[in-house]
Amino acid sequence: MQRGKYPFIVGFLALPVLVYVVFMISPFVQTAHYSFTDWGARTTEFDYIGLENYLELAEDEVFRKAFGNSLFFFVSLPLITIALALFFAFMLNVGGRGNRAGVRGVFGSSIYQVIFFFPFILSIAIVAIVWGAIFRTDRHGLANAILMGVGLVDESRPLLFLSDPRAVKWILLGVAVWGFTGFFMVLFSAAMAAIPKDIFEAAVLDGAKRGQQFFRVTLPLLRDTISVAWVYLGILGLDMFALVYALSQGGPNFASEVMATRIYDTAFGGYRPGQFGLACAMGVTLALFTLVLAIIQLRVLRRDRIEY
Amino acid sequence: MATSITTPPGIPAVEPGRRPGPPGGRGRGAPPRERGLAGGALNVFSHTFLIAWGVLVTFPLVWSVLQSFRTDGEIVANPWGIPTSLRWENFSRAWSVSNIGDYFLSTVIVVAGGVFLTMLLGSMAAYVLARYDFWGNRVIYYSFIAGLTVPIFLALIPLFFVVRGFNALNTYHGLILVYVAFSLPFTVFFLHSFFRTLPTSVAEQAAVDGAGHVRTFFQVMLPMAKPGLLSVGIFNILGQWNQFLLPQTLMRQQSGFDADRSVLAQGLVALAIQQGYRNDLSALFAGMTIATLPILVVYLTFQRQVQAGLTGATLK
Repeated sequence: MQRGKYPFIVGFLALPVLVYVVFMISPFVQTAHYSFTDWGARTTEFDYIGLENYLELAEDEVFRKAFGNSLFFFVSLPLITIALALFFAFMLNVGGRGNRAGVRGVFGSSIYQVIFFFPFILSIAIVAIVWGAIFRTDRHGLANAILMGVGLVDESRPLLFLSDPRAVKWILLGVAVWGFTGFFMVLFSAAMAAIPKDIFEAAVLDGAKRGQQFFRVTLPLLRDTISVAWVYLGILGLDMFALVYALSQGGPNFASEVMATRIYDTAFGGYRPGQFGLACAMGVTLALFTLVLAIIQLRVLRRDRIEY
Repeated sequence: MATSITTPPGIPAVEPGRRPGPPGGRGRGAPPRERGLAGGALNVFSHTFLIAWGVLVTFPLVWSVLQSFRTDGEIVANPWGIPTSLRWENFSRAWSVSNIGDYFLSTVIVVAGGVFLTMLLGSMAAYVLARYDFWGNRVIYYSFIAGLTVPIFLALIPLFFVVRGFNALNTYHGLILVYVAFSLPFTVFFLHSFFRTLPTSVAEQAAVDGAGHVRTFFQVMLPMAKPGLLSVGIFNILGQWNQFLLPQTLMRQQSGFDADRSVLAQGLVALAIQQGYRNDLSALFAGMTIATLPILVVYLTFQRQVQAGLTGATLK
């Protein structure tokens, strides 16, 4: 195997590494670099201004709001999605008729999985269009039409949904949960199916009820899977860009602004675009934040791996 | 929540005529029939919740597809009605007037180029990293892995200027190369573990038979890695087909003379946001249906690989 090994290695790695470095690594490094400059749209030159961008961010009302909203999604999205996904996975796996202990799928388990999983592979753009049409603020939206149809909402005063500053975050959260739950249900379901039946049998022999089986046996054994899901959902919660951008554009009055949309608008859109240095500082803040949170999550969730 | 409907322990006796206890997998502590009834209650309970969620998942999608067959007037008058006749003209209007056809073509070009290059470069890198020892191997591997954890938009602004530096804004090859770069971490990660599991003996045999490294890779190892390539390939097709942020930033017309090369996701969102002024709802729904169909076909055809590929990768 040694003959011509190094030319081969270099030949095979050169292109992938080149593309990766140019279009992925270098932009990330440059983000950090530019965050210390006053680079704007009108100038090709820029000066180094130290930490000034970061100080400006600390005092920026809108950025603080965006930061808070990102934190909201970072906490709530994993919590609700994982709870729902675990519940459905458990229902799928042990809700089956019959009296065997442990894993036994309900009838049609694979059909449920196919359906539940589907929203996850849809483009966020499509998800946003569907839910945008449902939550229209006038009586032509599906939600309002149905609520008016059953008389819960007055014809002349349709619910505002995405234009309601108090509701908008929760609707966005709901749509995200709607999209992600199926994926994690399939994930947990696969992990549950991998738990050996003897463990459940032993638990039943010891007199464990279904609820105890779930909390004392299934849950601890799924710990690794859940912690991976938690980190992954945390990252998704900090992102939320496409959903927010397409459904509420961060409005009304920044009520649903998140850090990702803030970065995008500061650089490319909104009023006063082109503050690239400042936008990069936001990116770095978010990156550091993500890193710290990911480390904390892994620390908290880490425990000895259980082999079976 | 399930505790309330399980059988209380201590109810006596084994049902006659049945094999007692394990190894049938049945608990010895609880009598089979009672547990069977309890199981039935739990069964109804779980089906109720599962069906409810199933409806919640499918209803909005089915509803929007149905709307694509109605006229704007009908949709506005009664959002929850069903189509009175199949209005295919919505689809042709969406295809030509709302440019969905152009967006579709752009998406196909970018995804075809992007996925092909991703698979080629990704499998090459993964193979070398998985099966050859050399200085720097770990560093390169881990820098690919690091790319898995960071959200794209952190790199967005410099990326815009890198692409502009190559004069590649609003071009197919520019977007394709960026897609490749952002798809490589997962592809390398997935295929790396796949190439590791392939037996060494086959590659050695090929070397004995006089095949060079390159031939061994393309004619022996790649065919063996087919299942892995399929999983990650489907993953990349779905991921690149649905990508929104990158085209939104990099595929914008640079001037009035520049062709509109928007991809589907981008074009649809633009259409949805404009919809307030133009009010062609039925074309929007039709466009959405057109954009969903390929995804649905890929998903239903390769459903098992999609689920296995996506979930397996997360678990590793």
